[in-house]
Amino acid sequence: MDLTHETLVEASKTWGLFYLIAFSFCVLVYTFWPANRKRFDRAKKGIFDEDDEPWT
Amino acid sequence: MGQLTTREQELAAGMLVALAVIGIAMAAAGRSDPLGIHGAIVFLYSAALLIFIISRSFGPEPDPSRISRYYDDPIKVGVAFTLFWAIFGMFFGVWAAAQLAWPSLNFDTAWASFGRIRPAHTTGVIFGFGGNALISTSFHVVQRTSRARLADQISPWFVLFGYNLFCILAVTGYFIGVTQSKEYAEAEWYADIWLVVVWVTYFLLYIRTLARRREPHIYVANWYYMAFIVVVAILHIINNLTIPVSLGHAKSYTIWAGVQDSMVQWWYGHNAVAFFLTAGFLAMLYYYLPKRAERPIFSYRLSILSFWGITFFYMWAGSHHLHYTALPHWVQNLGMTFSVMLLVPSWASAGNALLTLNGAWHKVRDDATLRFIMMAAFFYGLSTFEGSFLAVRPVNSLSHYTDWTVGHVHAGALGWVAFITYGSLYTLVPAIWKRERMYSAALVEVHFWLAFAGTLIYVFAMWNSGIIQGLMWRTYTDDGTLAYSFVDSLLAMYPYYIARAFGGLLFLIGAVVATYNIWMTVREVPVTSGERKDDLPLAGPFPEGAATGPAE
Repeated sequence: MDLTHETLVEASKTWGLFYLIAFSFCVLVYTFWPANRKRFDRAKKGIFDEDDEPWT
Repeated sequence: MGQLTTREQELAAGMLVALAVIGIAMAAAGRSDPLGIHGAIVFLYSAALLIFIISRSFGPEPDPSRISRYYDDPIKVGVAFTLFWAIFGMFFGVWAAAQLAWPSLNFDTAWASFGRIRPAHTTGVIFGFGGNALISTSFHVVQRTSRARLADQISPWFVLFGYNLFCILAVTGYFIGVTQSKEYAEAEWYADIWLVVVWVTYFLLYIRTLARRREPHIYVANWYYMAFIVVVAILHIINNLTIPVSLGHAKSYTIWAGVQDSMVQWWYGHNAVAFFLTAGFLAMLYYYLPKRAERPIFSYRLSILSFWGITFFYMWAGSHHLHYTALPHWVQNLGMTFSVMLLVPSWASAGNALLTLNGAWHKVRDDATLRFIMMAAFFYGLSTFEGSFLAVRPVNSLSHYTDWTVGHVHAGALGWVAFITYGSLYTLVPAIWKRERMYSAALVEVHFWLAFAGTLIYVFAMWNSGIIQGLMWRTYTDDGTLAYSFVDSLLAMYPYYIARAFGGLLFLIGAVVATYNIWMTVREVPVTSGERKDDLPLAGPFPEGAATGPAE
């Protein structure tokens, strides 16, 4: 099969769409996965710790 | 650079000698070509740094306990570079704006013609001011959120001084006529190659510091900084694939032909807006806004969703710069669609920021620094809405090539980028210099109102002027001919050009006030905690994980 302009157009109009939908789905699952809630809450509040030194 | 060990000083000196040799080789190969002048600049720059390193090499060895503290010295120098480039870039902006109203302000010289000082303005503010602010704050945020010191002591300096050498080569090149004729990518091939080296070092430093983190989760601000670093590398390399005329000439030709070149250029150009002027500054927003407001971000999950939205939508939006051109229609549609979709993650970020402040409005009223950050979020929401709107093809037929675009860009660059930068700087400076507060809260207040008034005057002038231009260019007489000549539209612009230069001048004065205030903070304001004990004896075991390795 020749790799022409039409091939690229078709690939981007079909597979490009599916890949973005699949990707959005993965992001949504990661964001709302219940087990992640704890680490997100920790990250949200963790920046307020006042000790201005690296942890060892 | 007082914390460098003898071995690190030797390594730095070796790298500077190598760079000086490259400078001499460029000067020899280039001779009277601009490449030769740039060779001399590279040589002088590395020689000056070398003399500085040697003059410091007789000092005592650094305190071993430094490893148990954050490495803030490069950030301090980065802040100084940021403030210098702000004044430089904004001064050239005001000058270029004044030339449009009073063309004789080029004083009949070639170097000061509009076509040369305009890229000096854009490079000065975007790469000089914005880039140094991004590098400085990223070093600060990555260390604090990872609870880890920067991965080594040489590469932060290499990144900082290497990056500023790129900026110097770019700006000095414009004055002597060097340009690739690509907007925001004007610097020629040798400067571009140098930036790739610097940028890869920056990437490795950042990822190695993240790898040393003590927090299991990488805080979202770091995601934005990483997106900024990775994508800017990709964009820069692909858009700057050129073949020089010869190794002794500054001039090069791009490998992209015709409309592909335009597409690559605007894929680069728009993603420079997305990942240089948005992603990295959103990283500042997600760290300095909660810190300053002393409230956690409204929704951490929303910040993750908008991160991926922005990362994956922006990539496709560049073609909206090429509506009604030879670019295939479907590619224009693609860019237009993604630009409109971008409003969702953009407003998610702006909304997340403003909702974080909900319940803390009294702080916004009292604290001009927090007000800078709040206004930045507001202008971010405003200019992303405007951007999506202007990307719609029929709207673009009115706005394209007019001052409306310039107004839009400056709503983003002044209202969003510069406001969030100054809000972050006023938070960062007392923190890293360990000062109780800024020298003068009143001067922060003065800066805020100068910047706010300047932005409003600028943006309203350009909205008016742009829409008038667009309408004059498309007004036909009954006979089907154009009603106005180009010069007619130019005369109509005159009052707006004066207003624009005045707005820019206010903004520039604000930048000078900020620089004075930060200078006095470092000099005059008392230190919060005890002084650092830099006079301890040399010997002492390095704690586990101490970084003394060479730079890559």
